[in-house]
Amino acid sequence: MSNQMQVLFWILVFPGFAFTAGLGLFASWLVRKVSALVQYRVGPPFLQPFWDVRKLLSKEVLVPQDANKWVFIGAPLVGLAGVLLLSTLLGVAAFWPQTTFVGDVIVAIYLMVLPSLALILGSSASASPHAAVGTAREMKLVLGYELPLVLAFIVVIIKSGGALGLAAIAEATPVASISGVIAFLASLLCIHAKIGYVPFDMAEAETELGSGVLMEYSGGLLALWNLTSAMMLVTLPMFLVVVFLGGFEATPVGIIIGWLKYVGVLVLIILIKNTNPRVRIDQAMRFFWVWCGLALIAAISLATVGNIYGIGWL
Amino acid sequence: MSLSTKAVKKSPWVFHVNTGACNNCDIEIVDLLTPRFDVERLGIKLVGSPRHADALLVTGVVTAQAAPRLKEVYKQTAKPCVVFAIGACACGTGIFHKGYHVVGPVDKIIKEIDPDAIIAYVPGCPPKPEAIISGVVKAISIL
Repeated sequence: MSNQMQVLFWILVFPGFAFTAGLGLFASWLVRKVSALVQYRVGPPFLQPFWDVRKLLSKEVLVPQDANKWVFIGAPLVGLAGVLLLSTLLGVAAFWPQTTFVGDVIVAIYLMVLPSLALILGSSASASPHAAVGTAREMKLVLGYELPLVLAFIVVIIKSGGALGLAAIAEATPVASISGVIAFLASLLCIHAKIGYVPFDMAEAETELGSGVLMEYSGGLLALWNLTSAMMLVTLPMFLVVVFLGGFEATPVGIIIGWLKYVGVLVLIILIKNTNPRVRIDQAMRFFWVWCGLALIAAISLATVGNIYGIGWL
Repeated sequence: MSLSTKAVKKSPWVFHVNTGACNNCDIEIVDLLTPRFDVERLGIKLVGSPRHADALLVTGVVTAQAAPRLKEVYKQTAKPCVVFAIGACACGTGIFHKGYHVVGPVDKIIKEIDPDAIIAYVPGCPPKPEAIISGVVKAISIL
């Protein structure tokens, strides 16, 4: 019984829903505030993301006439459930490393694609032409960044000596090698595309598609999408911290250093967001498949050679 | 004041509808987002879809072509929402009064489909950005 309570606590409070959503809303405030400062603006007040979600919850929910109603309503729930499970899995691996299971890194890779998949499902169920263009772009983007992301994790797994558990991977620090740095940078761009920020925001594309994939969502359903993307802003950088940067050590200092690493990754994401224009979908595909792909194949070769001859820095 | 009313006051998202304006009011609306006025500090955000919006910023006289579109956009907006008639044309058709193409003004068209719609007027040709901010603040304060 206490075991079930423990799991419920993990999912609902820490490191699951309450913690991740709260921190995610804070992170999305930080993104907007820093973007505003970069543009010499004042930016939104601290509680702004909270008020946005609260307001959306009290608004009317409109379902388009031609939409497939249940898919349209169910998709945001699936997306939120995916990111919730992912954050729980990651948090448990980071803070209770003895309770994880072998192969959870593979489960995490599967869960990471769930929010994007739910977004594709929901927007294609909405029967809106703008959303359809956004859906097509989102689908291509998913195809684009999944390949380099998986290749980058192969580098990590080689560097950590074939370990398939997040806790074991977190003990190795792959970024302290050439192949690890390449894999880290490539997967940073992949999660950037996953969060859907400029330069990879062509699926939402406010200026050309209205809001693309989210066009037909209103009220509470839009609030769910907002929460999902806020939670992704916590979970995905955390994933990079755990996988590449050595994660959280089980001492107070180690936990503080772990959060500093998270803030560092978030700052990198904000900087990329604010210094780049949106690219076209074909440019993004070429970038991910050709350039990231080639760099990661080189990284995998380096890591394999380093592993065979026992050279740590390769 | 209930929490949901307060939330609407803290984050009014606006959608911009042009119903045949000369573009002058539109330029002033875009001005609001520039660093000089920066309405994001008040939580105001320009959104790309009427389904996300809490307020419609309508500019222009409402031409015969634009009237059915304006009604459609109003129906698609999630309620509760406020309609802002921005500029002299939107408030009372301005210098285009009795023009052959004019079926407006904005309040007449909106009230044809929703007699209880909340409509706020910001006159001016074009209204200054300060006037638009003042209009939004006044409309919010009577909620």
